[in-house]
Amino acid sequence: MVLVFAEREGNSFKKSAYEAVSYGRDLAESLGTTCVAAVIGRVENAGQLGRYGAHAVVEHTGAGTDVFEPAVYTAALDEIAKSQNCDVVVLSGSYTGKILAPKLAARNKAALVTGVVELPDMSSGFTVRKSCYSNKAFTTVQLNAPNKVLSIIPNSYSIKEFPGEATLTQLSTDLSGSSMTQSLEIDKQAGKVPLTEAEVVVSGGRGLKGPENWGMIEEMAELLGAATACSKPVSDMEWRPHSEHVGQTGITIKPNLYIAIGISGAIQHLAGVGGSKVICVINTDPEAPFFKAADYGIVGDAFDVVPKLINRLKEINA
Amino acid sequence: MRSKFSYFCTTLTEKKRDMKILVCVSAVPDTTTKITFTENNTKFNSSGVQFIINPYDELALTRALELTEQQGGEVHIITVGDASVEPIMRKALAIGAASAIRVDAQANDGMEVAMEIAAYAGDKGYDLIMAGRESIDFNGGQVGPILSELLGYALVNIATKVDIENGRVLATRDIDGGREKVSCTMPCVVTAQKDLCEPRIPNMRGIMQARTKPLQVIPATVSSGSTAYASFELPEAKGAVKLIDAAEAGKLIDLLREEKKLI
Ligand SMILES: Cc1cc2nc3c(=O)[nH]c(=O)nc-3n(C[C@H](O)[C@H](O)[C@H](O)COP(=O)(O)OP(=O)(O)OC[C@H]3O[C@@H](n4cnc5c(N)ncnc54)[C@H](O)[C@@H]3O)c2cc1C
Ligand SMILES: Nc1ncnc2c1ncn2[C@@H]1O[C@H](COP(=O)(O)O)[C@@H](O)[C@H]1O
Repeated sequence: MVLVFAEREGNSFKKSAYEAVSYGRDLAESLGTTCVAAVIGRVENAGQLGRYGAHAVVEHTGAGTDVFEPAVYTAALDEIAKSQNCDVVVLSGSYTGKILAPKLAARNKAALVTGVVELPDMSSGFTVRKSCYSNKAFTTVQLNAPNKVLSIIPNSYSIKEFPGEATLTQLSTDLSGSSMTQSLEIDKQAGKVPLTEAEVVVSGGRGLKGPENWGMIEEMAELLGAATACSKPVSDMEWRPHSEHVGQTGITIKPNLYIAIGISGAIQHLAGVGGSKVICVINTDPEAPFFKAADYGIVGDAFDVVPKLINRLKEINA
Repeated sequence: MRSKFSYFCTTLTEKKRDMKILVCVSAVPDTTTKITFTENNTKFNSSGVQFIINPYDELALTRALELTEQQGGEVHIITVGDASVEPIMRKALAIGAASAIRVDAQANDGMEVAMEIAAYAGDKGYDLIMAGRESIDFNGGQVGPILSELLGYALVNIATKVDIENGRVLATRDIDGGREKVSCTMPCVVTAQKDLCEPRIPNMRGIMQARTKPLQVIPATVSSGSTAYASFELPEAKGAVKLIDAAEAGKLIDLLREEKKLI
């Protein structure tokens, strides 16, 4: 059976949870089995995961599951997997998934592949494609153990809809004793589209000259329902928060649309955004390397071009 | 009431908690490498490629050195690989590690690497095991979390800050859309993320000393991993960029709406 970890934020699901569940459903179908979703901690109506492909949902609400803790969540997920006899586990490659996937695989001597970008291929054994060399290449990996753990790059798979809700089972073992780390404080920008989940991202580089010029970037992002991102020097200089830094040493994103403004397109920057489906580049320098990776380009001054884009978006929205 | 003297002694003993830190170091192609493959796309083409210490491992190593400088103690490095990785191990020694261990194995995946490291480190009493958040070649992000599981240690993954206070680890780690401050006991596995520290560059004295520092080679203990890289491919080349005149920049929005249905 296929188990999917459905990540929550507070008492609702993250978009990446729906994506992972849809992926798990399609995988389960190709294996001729069922898809079970695992929820850790309490969520408003966990059965809704049926609408994204889960045949069944198991919710673990034992003591200790309220707040994420690596050892506790690994134990909870493992307990759910064993209770359902699941041999394939799917997680989203969020920061939480980056901890749980390897830990769960280590417990079960599973074959582990992280950074997965599509559904596995069962034509010769069990193989799956993942990105490697900081998104400069892909590799097809053969999984040779009975237990398998896959973590998928967020936004690699489209969410699907299915009729009806899934049946819900509860587990409530007390896991608080396994806790090893204590969360002291969480610092998050509330109310913003999370970067890794955003379908559209508007990103600015050193070409924008200073933090005071991000108003137009944010305005455009808001009109597009987009998240904002930046290049490394921009976060290094603290023009923008570190959490917006994309690239080889920052976050890897795969939005449907990436709009790069005043960013040169260095190889390390492209490593984090090259997987975007459509790339638009706005840069004064026609020789900027980013144009080689772009689908659409405007050679021009951001301070002239961006206001024009904003105007057009406003006309359309009106 | 505590005398001044006993207060002095406790702070002294707290300070003098000698730390033993193991840093996992991997060799990766330089960040600017043009990636190509050989043997019908089944092997990475390493000809002419310069190998470096994985940038995150450099951060882990530097922070480990800073911590032992504050607390007392020693930093060791471990690499799983064949003899070709020794130059980067010498570089880690030149940066300041006291000794190096090479597990003589060509590991297939992160699970295998972590099992080798756990087999070595299990009974050595390390307070901290540090690794990079991911290697920039296979981008697994696997070794650190797997080690924490195999050894039963606490884990701070993707850490941007690590301090030791009163024998506890105080750290900040990346989470989706922000950061979290955590505290845990040792032993603990920490994986390094950008911002953890400024990487150190070896100086002449360090380079000279590195030549005579111990580099121990030990045999592999794990048979084989459970994954295999069957083939590699490069992303499809992009078609030519469609340029839009800056004077009619608004057209970009229309193209994205009509051609791509993205807006
Ligand atoms: C190990 C390593 C890791 C790295 N990791 C990352 C990473 O993760 N992410 C990352 O982004 N970088 C990373 N870098 C840095 C990377 O090499 C580049 O230096 C960086 O991406 C450049 O940022 P930028 O494009 O914003 O700035 P610049 O290179 O300075 O480019 C600014 C661009 O803006 C254009 N411009 C100027 N004025 C205007 C205007 N008015 N309107 C429009 N365009 C204008 C210029 O023509 C230029 O192309 C890394 C480097 C190393 C060595
Ligand atoms: N062969 C290796 N030898 C020692 N440490 C390694 C090796 N491969 C990876 N690591 C460590 O594990 C981290 C994560 O690597 P990975 O799981 O491959 O992304 C790296 O940053 C290193 O600290």
